[in-house]
Amino acid sequence: MRANNMLGVLFSNEHDEKIHQLTEKRAMGSVPFGGRYRLIDFPLSNMVNSGINKVGVITKNNYQSLMDHLGSGKAWDLSRKREGLFILPPFGGASAVPNSRVEYLASITRFLHNSREEYIVLSDCDMVCNIDYRDVLAFHLEKGADITLVYRMGEIPEGSSDPTVYTLAPDGRVLEMLINPAVKGTCNHGMSILVMKREKLISMVQDCVSRNMFSFKQDFLQRNIRECKIYGYEFKGTVQTICSMNSYFAANMLLMDPKVRAELFNPNRPIYTKVRDDMPARYGLDAKVSGSIIADGCVIEGTVENCVLFRGVKVGKGAKLENCVIMQDTEIGENCCLNNVVVDKDVRIQNERSLMGSQSYPVYISKGAVV
Amino acid sequence: MLPKQEIVAMLLAGGQGSRLGVLTKNLAKPAVPYGGKYRIIDFPLSNCVNSGIETVGVLTQYQPLELNEYIGSGQPWDLDSMYGGVHVLPPYQRGKKSDWYKGTANAIYQNINFIDRYNPDYVVVLSGDHIYKMDYSEMVAYHKEKEADCTIAVIDVPLSEASRFGILNTRDDNSIYEFDEKPKVPKSTKASMGIYVFTWQKLRKYLIEDEADPKSSNDFGKNVLPNMLNAGERMFAYEFEGYWKDVGTIDSLWEANMDLLDPNGSLDLSKSDWKIYSRNPVMPPQYVAKGAAVQNSLVAEGCSVYGDIDFAVLFAGVYIAPGAVVQDSIIMPGARVEEGAVVQYAIISENAVIEKGAKVGSRPEDCENKDEWGVAVVGANTTIAPGAVVPARVMVEEGITYEEGTK
Repeated sequence: MRANNMLGVLFSNEHDEKIHQLTEKRAMGSVPFGGRYRLIDFPLSNMVNSGINKVGVITKNNYQSLMDHLGSGKAWDLSRKREGLFILPPFGGASAVPNSRVEYLASITRFLHNSREEYIVLSDCDMVCNIDYRDVLAFHLEKGADITLVYRMGEIPEGSSDPTVYTLAPDGRVLEMLINPAVKGTCNHGMSILVMKREKLISMVQDCVSRNMFSFKQDFLQRNIRECKIYGYEFKGTVQTICSMNSYFAANMLLMDPKVRAELFNPNRPIYTKVRDDMPARYGLDAKVSGSIIADGCVIEGTVENCVLFRGVKVGKGAKLENCVIMQDTEIGENCCLNNVVVDKDVRIQNERSLMGSQSYPVYISKGAVV
Repeated sequence: MLPKQEIVAMLLAGGQGSRLGVLTKNLAKPAVPYGGKYRIIDFPLSNCVNSGIETVGVLTQYQPLELNEYIGSGQPWDLDSMYGGVHVLPPYQRGKKSDWYKGTANAIYQNINFIDRYNPDYVVVLSGDHIYKMDYSEMVAYHKEKEADCTIAVIDVPLSEASRFGILNTRDDNSIYEFDEKPKVPKSTKASMGIYVFTWQKLRKYLIEDEADPKSSNDFGKNVLPNMLNAGERMFAYEFEGYWKDVGTIDSLWEANMDLLDPNGSLDLSKSDWKIYSRNPVMPPQYVAKGAAVQNSLVAEGCSVYGDIDFAVLFAGVYIAPGAVVQDSIIMPGARVEEGAVVQYAIISENAVIEKGAKVGSRPEDCENKDEWGVAVVGANTTIAPGAVVPARVMVEEGITYEEGTK
């Protein structure tokens, strides 16, 4: 089903600083994940699978690789005459690069005005999940809410930036919202996904700007908690928050769990990504692979255990990889030994090298390095 | 009027491919899956694009549904361009008569109007049943250099096999003086690859003459080319070196897949300067489980491998259960091999299911009578019942449940 009444807006740079190693040369949204994806593929595919056919992607800096990845939006079926994909770089001259989410939204007012959809979905790119926004909208309509925030119940992932915690009435209304509170254990914390009326968003953003209030969480949400009917929608599926190198590593490793894979890669709501036209993965004579995610274009002649190999990775003869995340087109030389290592793309690890990290602190090799 | 295109390629994709049996029952031969993610037609289409030919007519006739859908707008091959691009050309009605394509030459004849719209200097005629990587622009350059009217690509074959091919006998300058179709005593080892470059105005004239001849079978090899030679046109052989394989039979299709697994093989599809493009499935990366053994294999997206595979080509979304064994076989998209099943020297078509403990195909060394050995084939959407045995060289029909040999 296409063409429901929702407009999607994605923040591609939010929380870049949380994994500064990976975002040094790219935006959060274009951080590689899960063998063949970039983080933005998940919210973007969720939007498309929810029938949204107009998506704006807000960018701030380092968005070259993101633009390269998204292209015309064809891979998400968003390259179209009516609606489609819109990349929204900073607008308004060099002096006015926005700093907060409210400023971003203010800077795309024209885009928001020119859209026809009645509702808007906002999301960040640092949550890996497979969610149907139609369910959120249905909940929003059923409750007659002004704003619906998606939350989940559980512990706050370590390292989250300014997490929000909600106190809810039995009918789901948000009674209280705390920002970065000192709570331990299970609580209802926000997922930075929000559904509301587009016109309402525009007027609330204008209201914030006119009062010189630019914090989304404090000024846009917290301040309006009595005036507006804000409801919480609980997402019960698997969510992986990418908010540190450790959580990035762990989230990739979690893909070995068949339940996580089945949920994330639901065939009825597939995750789309840029096409690369690589040949299928090739396993050589002495390949030994177990418990691993392997993408197309890989050529494996060594031993690979509990690893995620991205597209076009080459593993030489006699090499031994254990608990590693190896990004696109990296070449691992013969007889190398890698343990708990995250290797960025286009790296060359020469023959006989040995790199050891630990599970709680993986070694990171940056993009294009030669080791 | 469309802008002139120097070269137009015409791809003959109407062949039934009857020797592929159940694989082409509901599928045109060029749409047969190959190499873990491709279909045969990806090779000529990608060769065209990589050679800079951006206007391609695809002549379809037999079971075109899946092929048409596959080609679509041509976007996966970058052939959705503004002026040229890929065009699917089925036979059509004109005036009172409606004609199927009577032969290869007739198929081009019926589309003279299509070609004329681009006013090309040269027409490249290709077939949709070969696996190879070739730069057609070099062949056209050769055609120009020789000031030829027709250039035919040839490949050197072993003398012992030459009698299976259409052989071209040439002079020292590579000009052709004789066609020898499947000669008993070959005079040369230059086999035609079914790839022709014509100067369009010349070909156009001969097509019209050929059509006017009621005795003609309207075939390039049988009629048009010999007529051109007899009339003294300049015809040259263009020697191609590299991998080329006709995949017209079950055995050759199986071999061509296995060639990809040969570490010293001459067909390398991983080179980024001559990519073979295809329509890519939207699937997660493959998962190789703990306890699986994967060697000498090609595995595509969306596969889950829990069992043992050796010399296997797995297409997208294939499932190999724990304890299942797949050797020297090709498993097409979406097929499942369940626990304890054994698949050897076989081609399993799309969405087929090999149930627990079933056995498909056998190794040549396990066959008592070597003459009875051959690659076993299971048709699309077929279920091989638990414990059933499909012997070597048996072809199981599409969409049925096969229970023979069940204990």
